Amino acid sequence: MPEEISVTAQTSEFELTHAKSAVFYGLYERKADLKHRTHYCPGCGHGVVHKLIAEAIEDMKLQDNTILVSPVGCSVFAYYYFDVGNVQVAHGRAPAAATGIKRACPDKIVISYQGDGDLAAIGTAEIIHAANRGEKFTVIFVNNAIYGMTGGQMAPTTLVGQKTTTSPWGRRPVNEGFPLHMCELLSTLEAPVYVERVALSDNKNIMKARRAIRKALEIQRSGLGFSFVEILSPCPTIWGMEPVDARRWVAEKLIPAFPLKAFRDAKPVLPPDTPPPIRPVPEVLEIAGESTHVARKSAHQFQEMKIKIAGFGGQGVLLLGQILAEMGMREGLEVSWLPSYGPEMRSGSAHCHVCLSEQRIGSPLISQPDVLIAMNEISLRKFAPSVSPSGLILYNSNTLPADFEAPPAHIACVPASQIADMLGSAKVANMVLLGALLEATGSMSPETAKRVIADKVKRVELLEMNEKALETGAQYVDKEAWAEAQPDGFPY
Amino acid sequence: MRQLCKGNVAVVKGAILAGCQAYYGYPITPASEIAESAALYMPQVGATFLQAESEVASINMVYGAAAAGLRVMTASSGPGVSLMQEGISYLAGAELPCVIVDVVRGGPGLGNIAPEQSDYFAMVKGGGHGNYHNIVLAPASVQEMADFTGLAFELADRYRNPVVVLTDGFVGQMMEPVDLEFREATVPDKPWAVRGTSETRPNLLTSIYLEPDELEMRERKLEEKYRLVREREPRHELYQTEDAEILLVGFGIVSRLLRSAVETARRDGLKLGLFRPVTLWPFPSEALKQAASRVDRVLVVELSNGQMVEDVRLALDGDVPVEFYGRVGGNVPSVEEVLEHVVGGLTPKETA
Repeated sequence: MPEEISVTAQTSEFELTHAKSAVFYGLYERKADLKHRTHYCPGCGHGVVHKLIAEAIEDMKLQDNTILVSPVGCSVFAYYYFDVGNVQVAHGRAPAAATGIKRACPDKIVISYQGDGDLAAIGTAEIIHAANRGEKFTVIFVNNAIYGMTGGQMAPTTLVGQKTTTSPWGRRPVNEGFPLHMCELLSTLEAPVYVERVALSDNKNIMKARRAIRKALEIQRSGLGFSFVEILSPCPTIWGMEPVDARRWVAEKLIPAFPLKAFRDAKPVLPPDTPPPIRPVPEVLEIAGESTHVARKSAHQFQEMKIKIAGFGGQGVLLLGQILAEMGMREGLEVSWLPSYGPEMRSGSAHCHVCLSEQRIGSPLISQPDVLIAMNEISLRKFAPSVSPSGLILYNSNTLPADFEAPPAHIACVPASQIADMLGSAKVANMVLLGALLEATGSMSPETAKRVIADKVKRVELLEMNEKALETGAQYVDKEAWAEAQPDGFPY
Repeated sequence: MRQLCKGNVAVVKGAILAGCQAYYGYPITPASEIAESAALYMPQVGATFLQAESEVASINMVYGAAAAGLRVMTASSGPGVSLMQEGISYLAGAELPCVIVDVVRGGPGLGNIAPEQSDYFAMVKGGGHGNYHNIVLAPASVQEMADFTGLAFELADRYRNPVVVLTDGFVGQMMEPVDLEFREATVPDKPWAVRGTSETRPNLLTSIYLEPDELEMRERKLEEKYRLVREREPRHELYQTEDAEILLVGFGIVSRLLRSAVETARRDGLKLGLFRPVTLWPFPSEALKQAASRVDRVLVVELSNGQMVEDVRLALDGDVPVEFYGRVGGNVPSVEEVLEHVVGGLTPKETA
């Protein structure tokens, strides 16, 4: 038996005659009045459960190390009584909050104290997932088959046929379903270490509850994993019974419906775990390395260049844009890259906007591109009309579609996909077009492109293919690509 | 070192540089890269990452970690943020600091994943129940995604309050260079936290106060804090407002479009200026009043049906005509479209 300490109120306003654990406050100062007694009704099981927990904490010398998570329900004010660290949380969310607390304080004792509405109705997802993750805290689940605090509504554990204010004809499984058996549910999971149901029906069972609570806390102290104790508990006030009858009702009605048993009492078998490596922050965030800035011999010939790239998903549209942006950044320009994202991408077409500028970039969204790289016909038809009259269109084909009405921009046809196929992989079509773009516009240095690609492509043969693609694109556009009538005033 | 970085990734880098110790979240487009980068980076710097079973659970895990004194964050987008609103109200009520990033997507309901700014009311005006405010920052670039996330942690701790980084799908998805510098983050002392120690044993974190007088006192105390925040923390950015005749007002990505609109218009001799609220709560009302004091009219542009415009009208209180132009559904107006609207709104005398 724990050593019980007699507490006498210092203020002498109240004379306390019962003995109680030092883990309870002497006076319940957080209460508005009647500070010498709890707010629980006579015969309520919470008082007994509180006492069992407090004595366990005291005997195990855990008072300074315990954090109690109070739920919503009658035990919302558990923090009135427990002289430990206290956190009160939202309805049903105690296992989530306890997860956040326990992971912040892994060597402390965290207890999630919850009722049946809290845990088995509104908080079903949270308890199942906390248990499934094997969170290393303890849940004390007080099941009295009714909503106490709100005044007697149906609980998820209300018995079949049991009358409540919201099941006035008795719980009908056809309408409300069957009572939820949380221990049985949780013990189907792999992670929990300890799951037991006990009851406050008589002194013998209370002693079993006492042992179960201590065992759960011991498992937590040893860092073994998730421990869960369900306690069938009387609610004389809402049940409309004398306390003695309520205890009897626990024995006669609740226990048959919710069998007492240790459902799980074994360490889970975990596969070997390799935790991620811990590395210095600058290294992890890639802010430590050498500057990639490239000094240019001459200034860029443009103040601002807006490039739109469009094509099928898988043609490397977004990657080409990223490489252009990365190149611009390394050459000391302001850059932005804005992708199409989501379903559009998944349904097979993709485009992105790249702005290169000597000044801070306003809108990253391009309505009138200086350059359009159209990797397929749909993109050409869709975006060509928006291209600046003095701009450039690079089209992935050796000829424009017969019925295509060319806008007043420069147009170069580069059969990038064909060239890429000849080079050995359709995937480098985007690099063919990049080579063509750099050659046609002189906007940035092919050397910068090679460096950026070298940083992204690690396999030597692939890198060589990419470089070859760049060069072939440049050669092609130089010699063969121009569509017939070209407007004057090409700005790049 | 300057690096090309996605907005959503920059959030996590900024968070880690600010000493963020835990991330709890649930994937949703267009915010998922935040969870993905957190999963990749956080464990490598000794911080916690956990993918929760829902946004409801994530925000309550955040609540627990914040109660234990950690710098903690989550991120989501509209539908997920709706699920978090209960938890955000509890965080505000219990005065727990945390950072919540909302990468806003389109529409009510499931809407779509394209950018909108339609969570303004939900994050700036509340969204959850009761008397509370989030501090709300609105980044417009990838650099600001990192910087404002760091600032958000500082403000959260300074005021013991949830801080929201309200951005949109464009800023989340776009890539720009960011300049990040490592220095040891200083996380302030949190003597109020519950850490399972003898010093913190007397601490209680809660938001329930049954006695009306007690709760009123509590809410008055929060209001006093909010008054301080209103006084000290409004932030804004001005562009070409000195001689502006028309003031454009927009936040986040829209401020970038409007900046381009101002530049384009000025090349044509049209004197436009830009006022960009950087904090949405506290709203920079005084600065806006000043910036608008000499203009003929104000045009508010939003990716919504008109939410921030209400705060603009409140701030200007009828002093200047306030017009509104909004696009929704993921449509983003072009610079030309905005300018058309500006010119369309001019009287013949003004265009002459």
